Amino acid sequence: MAFLTVSSPHAHGPLDTATVMRLVLLSTLPGVFALSYFFGFGTIINILWASALALGMEAAVLKVRKRPVGFYLNDGSALVTAVLLGIALPPASPWWLIAVGILFAIVFAKHLYGGMGYNPFNPAMVGYVVLLISFPVQMTSWLAPAGSFDGSLLGPIDAVMRVFSLGQVDAVTMATPLDVLKQNDSLLIKDLWADSTQFGSLAGVGWEWANVGFLAGGLYLLYRRVFTWHAPVSMLVALFVMSALFYDGGSSASGGSPMFHLFSGATMLGAFFIVTDPVTSAVSNKGRIIYGACIGLLIYLIRAWGNYPDAVAFAVLLMNFAAPLLDHYTQPRTYGHKTTPRKGEGE
Amino acid sequence: MSDTNYRELSLNGLWKNNPAIVQLLGLCPLLAVTGSVVNAMGMALATVAVLIASSTSVSMIRGFVSDAVRLPAFVMIIAAAVTCIELLMQAFTYELFQILGIFLPLITTNCLILGRADAFACKNKVMPAMYDGMMMGLGFGAILILLGAVRELVGTGALFANMDLLFGEEARHWKVVFFEDYNQFLVAILPPGAFIVTGLIIAMKNVIDDGIKRREALRTAGTPKESRRVRVTGNVS
Repeated sequence: MAFLTVSSPHAHGPLDTATVMRLVLLSTLPGVFALSYFFGFGTIINILWASALALGMEAAVLKVRKRPVGFYLNDGSALVTAVLLGIALPPASPWWLIAVGILFAIVFAKHLYGGMGYNPFNPAMVGYVVLLISFPVQMTSWLAPAGSFDGSLLGPIDAVMRVFSLGQVDAVTMATPLDVLKQNDSLLIKDLWADSTQFGSLAGVGWEWANVGFLAGGLYLLYRRVFTWHAPVSMLVALFVMSALFYDGGSSASGGSPMFHLFSGATMLGAFFIVTDPVTSAVSNKGRIIYGACIGLLIYLIRAWGNYPDAVAFAVLLMNFAAPLLDHYTQPRTYGHKTTPRKGEGE
Repeated sequence: MSDTNYRELSLNGLWKNNPAIVQLLGLCPLLAVTGSVVNAMGMALATVAVLIASSTSVSMIRGFVSDAVRLPAFVMIIAAAVTCIELLMQAFTYELFQILGIFLPLITTNCLILGRADAFACKNKVMPAMYDGMMMGLGFGAILILLGAVRELVGTGALFANMDLLFGEEARHWKVVFFEDYNQFLVAILPPGAFIVTGLIIAMKNVIDDGIKRREALRTAGTPKESRRVRVTGNVS
């Protein structure tokens, strides 16, 4: 047995890409479980179909670009993109909708910009926004959550049949809580919640638990130091502050309570799985705080006064634009130097 | 400049120096009005006509305009040509005129037209200038129509809708539906689609150019490597 004598400082083995991606996939499980519990098997079928397409397209593009196919497929980044898109799409979306989304995510947003590590925009969010703009009808037909209607959820076979349009499957769709709040301006929130069955104790039935699930997964990733706390925390704080400022306590015109916003729509998924994307976010800690806060701000602005009920994808894409600028102005001070000298400043 | 190479002019306008996908001039109409074939075709016709008229007139007056005032003079000529085209379209294709809207008068500011006037027409005789204007216009128009066709096909699943706006009543049935029950793919018709498809067309041109270059290199390389040494036996094919 040989003992290596290594003197300090000891290098800490950093997580490699494949490990990080596996951890991320693992951490989506609680959220996916919650979504499936409340909305049926649709999300799981979404994820499976999206993953198969993503791996296929990734392999095809890598082949065309003459890159090592096995190496890049093994890093799992395509899989993460597929899983995130599969979660974000309405459960049991039509197969072609998912295919178009994955096409834009993997081919356009990722590989046309140079592939893994070079994409300025988050691929899953590009796919989502292309779909949201192109197919508003399909993208806003969320299934109704369990307990809010009389009937049963989609089983696995029904979900497959619905995704691939193999036959008539009855499924109840319902406006999401964010949508209901957006469409109603003249009620008291108390009455609105009493009228609509899709509201739960904190936010929407199912939605609150899905958000709790993604929060749990995100906290695990934070514990494993996959990302730092700066971006997600500042995003959630900004969203909380904005909704607290503009919430008047009761009318449906004012946009819902802070808790409602934190546990509705894609808030937690965005905060811990999208905003933390190492490729498309700002790099320095200070930059990440600004980056996250601006996303939180934008999410509230678009939710409250924009045209779309949820806004995580738009907010993230807008701030992806700004990330290089943030990096430029928040370069950390080099140890031993007073400030970072910039071109054209100082001597 | 006496013996103008017309072949070179055509090649330049249509392919090698194509205004839309190589010089990237006149992107505003290129991106804005190419949502369908008929819009693109209307725009292409108007641009070609303006380009021919302006190049010809600029070449005709090139001896009388001093360098200092040449740009204002060119713009006046172009604006006059655009006004004529606009009135013609208003008279004959009123609905298309309304659809193209502000982008028709904006042809005046299309850098492609001023660019050709300043770079070519004011230094050449009338015939070459006219020919150059036509070829550049056709190159631009071809890309416009290609872009319109791709965007219409991807966006709506059909081609040649509403062609009666340009070709009269009998063109009403030219519409070809490729996919029944097609969900409109709105991104293709919206501005992002224009950028994406333009990028893809430029990429396609680069691929074709690369292919041509590679084949050219293969041909001019001619003799295989081993036989580039001093010929000893003489049977090199």
